[in-house]
Amino acid sequence: MSGAAKIIASTREIFDFHGGIHPHERKTLSSERPIQQAPIAPKLYLPLQQHIGKPAKPLVAVGAEVLKGQLLAEPQGAISVGVHAPTSGVIEAITEHPIAHPSGLTDLCIVLVPDGRDTWVQRNACEHYEQLSAEQIQARIRDAGIAGMGGAGFPTEVKLHPPHHDKVATLILNAAECEPYITADDRLLRERADEVIKGMEIMAYVLQPGECLIGIEDNKPEAIQALQSAAQGTRIEIVVIPTKYPSGGEKQLIKILTDKEVPSGKIPADIGVMCQNVGTAAAVYRAVRFGEPLISRITTLTGEQFPEPRNVEVLLGTPIDWLIAHYGYQPTQPERLIMGGPMMGFALNNADTPVVKTTNCILAPSLQELPLPPPAQACIRCGLCAEACPAELLPQQLYWFARAQEYDKAEHHNLFDCIECGACSYVCPSAIPLVHYYRHAKGEIRQQRMEHEKSDRARIRFEARQERLEREKAEKEAKRKARAEAAAKAQAAKREAATKAPVAGASAAPTPAPSASQPATDTPSVEDLKAAWEKAQAKLEKMHQALEEAKAANPDQVEKLTRAVDKNRQRVEQAKAALDAAQSATNVTPAAINPAPDMDTLRENVSKARAKLQKMQDALEDARLNNPEQVEKLTRAVEKNQSRLQAAEKAVQDAQSTQPPQAKPEPVDLETLRENVQKARAKLDKMQDALDDAKANQPEQVEKLTRAVAKNVTRLHAAENALKQAESTPSNENA
Amino acid sequence: MALLSLSSPHLTGPQRTASLMRWVIMLTLPGLLVQTVFFGWGTLHNVLWCSVVALACEALILKLRKRPLAFYLQDYSALVTAVLLGLALPPLAPWWLCLIATAFAIVFAKHLYGGMGYNPFNPAMAGYALVLISFPVAMTTNWTLPAPLLEERMSVLDTLAVIWEQSPAPDALTGATPLDYYKHEIRHATADSVTQAGIFGDRLALGWEWVNVAYLAGGLMLIALKIIPWQTPVGVLLGLSVPALLIGWDADQYTPVWLHLFSGATMLGAFFIATDPVSSATTRFGRLLFGVGIGVLTWLIRTFGAYPDAIAFAVLLMNFAAPLIDVYTQPRTYGYADAKRGPKPKDHS
Repeated sequence: MSGAAKIIASTREIFDFHGGIHPHERKTLSSERPIQQAPIAPKLYLPLQQHIGKPAKPLVAVGAEVLKGQLLAEPQGAISVGVHAPTSGVIEAITEHPIAHPSGLTDLCIVLVPDGRDTWVQRNACEHYEQLSAEQIQARIRDAGIAGMGGAGFPTEVKLHPPHHDKVATLILNAAECEPYITADDRLLRERADEVIKGMEIMAYVLQPGECLIGIEDNKPEAIQALQSAAQGTRIEIVVIPTKYPSGGEKQLIKILTDKEVPSGKIPADIGVMCQNVGTAAAVYRAVRFGEPLISRITTLTGEQFPEPRNVEVLLGTPIDWLIAHYGYQPTQPERLIMGGPMMGFALNNADTPVVKTTNCILAPSLQELPLPPPAQACIRCGLCAEACPAELLPQQLYWFARAQEYDKAEHHNLFDCIECGACSYVCPSAIPLVHYYRHAKGEIRQQRMEHEKSDRARIRFEARQERLEREKAEKEAKRKARAEAAAKAQAAKREAATKAPVAGASAAPTPAPSASQPATDTPSVEDLKAAWEKAQAKLEKMHQALEEAKAANPDQVEKLTRAVDKNRQRVEQAKAALDAAQSATNVTPAAINPAPDMDTLRENVSKARAKLQKMQDALEDARLNNPEQVEKLTRAVEKNQSRLQAAEKAVQDAQSTQPPQAKPEPVDLETLRENVQKARAKLDKMQDALDDAKANQPEQVEKLTRAVAKNVTRLHAAENALKQAESTPSNENA
Repeated sequence: MALLSLSSPHLTGPQRTASLMRWVIMLTLPGLLVQTVFFGWGTLHNVLWCSVVALACEALILKLRKRPLAFYLQDYSALVTAVLLGLALPPLAPWWLCLIATAFAIVFAKHLYGGMGYNPFNPAMAGYALVLISFPVAMTTNWTLPAPLLEERMSVLDTLAVIWEQSPAPDALTGATPLDYYKHEIRHATADSVTQAGIFGDRLALGWEWVNVAYLAGGLMLIALKIIPWQTPVGVLLGLSVPALLIGWDADQYTPVWLHLFSGATMLGAFFIATDPVSSATTRFGRLLFGVGIGVLTWLIRTFGAYPDAIAFAVLLMNFAAPLIDVYTQPRTYGYADAKRGPKPKDHS
């Protein structure tokens, strides 16, 4: 703190945010060691996604020779940045490789084998940025592949567009570096403050903000001094803020410097504030001034496991295991290796993950300095967490809700405003891993939302399909009627012609003949149809009666019966229509109107469709396990095949119903039918017993069994009906 | 190489539940010392005896619940309950009174609700209320008179003999507490004549004022160390003082505010009992309300109720209200114009 006296105190008023903690900083482990250039690793793994947004798209082929700074993968879409070659060499592969992610995911990486010559590509330098337009600068930043280097990795160029209807009031550079241990920004400011200041000037040139502030914690006196001398003569104001974790959180820093709060669910730009990291500013400067893309970054290697903690400028893509081994640390037993700081960093699953644009620190702590957390005790509701929470949440309530899976309550208590800073876990006297609970709850809620959306989509699709099918049915019906009428008319005209011209009688005579013989074999005779119609009418009558009775006595049956009545009414109408058609067009063979589909072909179609659906479903299951990006595609394919199968089945059914005389003639075995009825009755009894039993002992089974009983009741009815019909038809014949 | 995968944060703070509890116990010591000086060895005996009973009950229940003994006994929570009971019970209370109160507190009020962290009621006060209702005579006749009023201090052995019922408590040694005495005498006397009684000393309750000052000092230390929130004790003292000043301003009719504040278990209750985190409200504003509720109820019961002191009932009644208070006192979260308050999440639309 020797330099503290020389700090020129800013006159600006600063504000406090709620909560916060003061953990041991332990920055002196690495803060006094100048930035060193790390050597080039034997192999570099460059993930296509080192930022928020869409992954970059590879431009180079395996085997290609590339130069340092050459674009290897281009941005895709609006929110994306490219990936550049950190050094010259040969592309060895584009393959899956573990990336820096808490879950140990793998992702596509370009593997570059350096040739050691480190030859630069042609760079496009620019001495005076004022000669460029804002758009040209934005393009340069985009081409340089710069994404926020503070931790989130949001594409910088996207942020450097002023809001449409509003100006940026305040541009803030975040130099707080509030996480313990990390000194990368501190060293950058001490050694390259001018780059940071110039980078900020370029950003200010693009955004034209009302004011430019750099917020820095008072535990970095040398960096403050360096910034102040570099910022002399510029409009940039260095604001020294008290050391308190997490003052470097974007929302917290904005509150400290401007007393404004970013509304929940909004971004800083919505309140006219833009926040950038100091490392990003330096990268912007180098991109605009020298045309250098973002190919390396300053990373703190610290923790007592390193013989000499330090700060290094390391090429992106350098494998972490190689890097830490180079600086003298080779874990012999299972150890923690943390990417980021001890508060918000995550423990790596694989040490061979590469350094990326957001890797500000690699922490290898000893068990003495960062002991494993003690076993969690019960929450005693002490409320220390609520005192520490910078978002002013009630962490302890959130914990109870997360544990009880009461996610709606957790959301009501603003779970999603948690910034996962870890202050609550830090102060918890019971050592409960609170943040872990919140992450889990957030994941569950997101999952539920996704499933909800998915089912909504499926429902809409289903309804649309249902509507379409009904429309098609109605159209078909209308067409059939029209055809029947046309045929009737034609027939009438023919008859007229026959009576008018007796010469033609001979040619007309054969026509009625087949019509007289055919109804017996192919189509039901008019009498049959009439009988069917009457039968249907009688049944409708009966149903009506039952409905009336139900309305009086059995209200829960009303709906079912109403449906039954409607159905029967339709049947009556159909029978009537068929009768009418038959009466008016006795001569026309149905086969002529509607060529009978070949049942065998149709059945084959169904089984084919079923087999294909099965195959697709298998593939989908497989994809769920191994190939998540294929799932959506396959889901669609399965749905498509399901609808195809349904269509095929429908075709079979239609064919069966249009050919009742062909299907019916099969002799009905009365014995079998009786047996069926008995079987159905027995099964129903059994189900009923099970249901009664469940009502007494297993309430959670009741619903299921109730459905089963209902199903069996309908089955029994169907069997009984079939039997009745069979009994009545032969007796008719006998009579 | 194999790596340990743990969730952030990887840094844990220095504060542990056991250390919080230890501080609470340690900062009752000034009060315990003063209480022993003025009211004899009985208090010290009770604290130790309750501790033994509490640890034994805790161990027994943990064993029955198949929980690791060492892990749970180390949290000191049973000891806190025992110490508070030992301080609150009359110094010459028979041994079985302490036993029943402590055993009930640990077994019923704490473990049958799920153990530490899950008890809706303050265990010490549940135990206290049980014996107060069940054994009112033993609870009211065993307060020793303050030492300056005695001709001879009771020796350790005499105290033990009384507590373990080897000899009866000498009548000359015990008497009504100032709160009780004032409440009954003021009905047919003026304030001046009532406070002539020896137990009031120089206008404040003799001995009691120093006991309360000692607890106040310990409590302020707890606040300074951020072990208890300031809201609860401030709420209790406010809730007690305001009605005592506004309604009970007439010392010839009601117990005056100075007697409310500096006699009985006021400071012990405000700083050590009402602040039990598990059974209290948890939001900052909620804790203030919780404290005010305890204060007001204490004044009401002391003024209109039949019991000599009221902290236990007031605390238990407010324990009932704590979850409701929490629901209505959520703080405003960063980035919101207003606090969300009320029980039901709004419908997602």
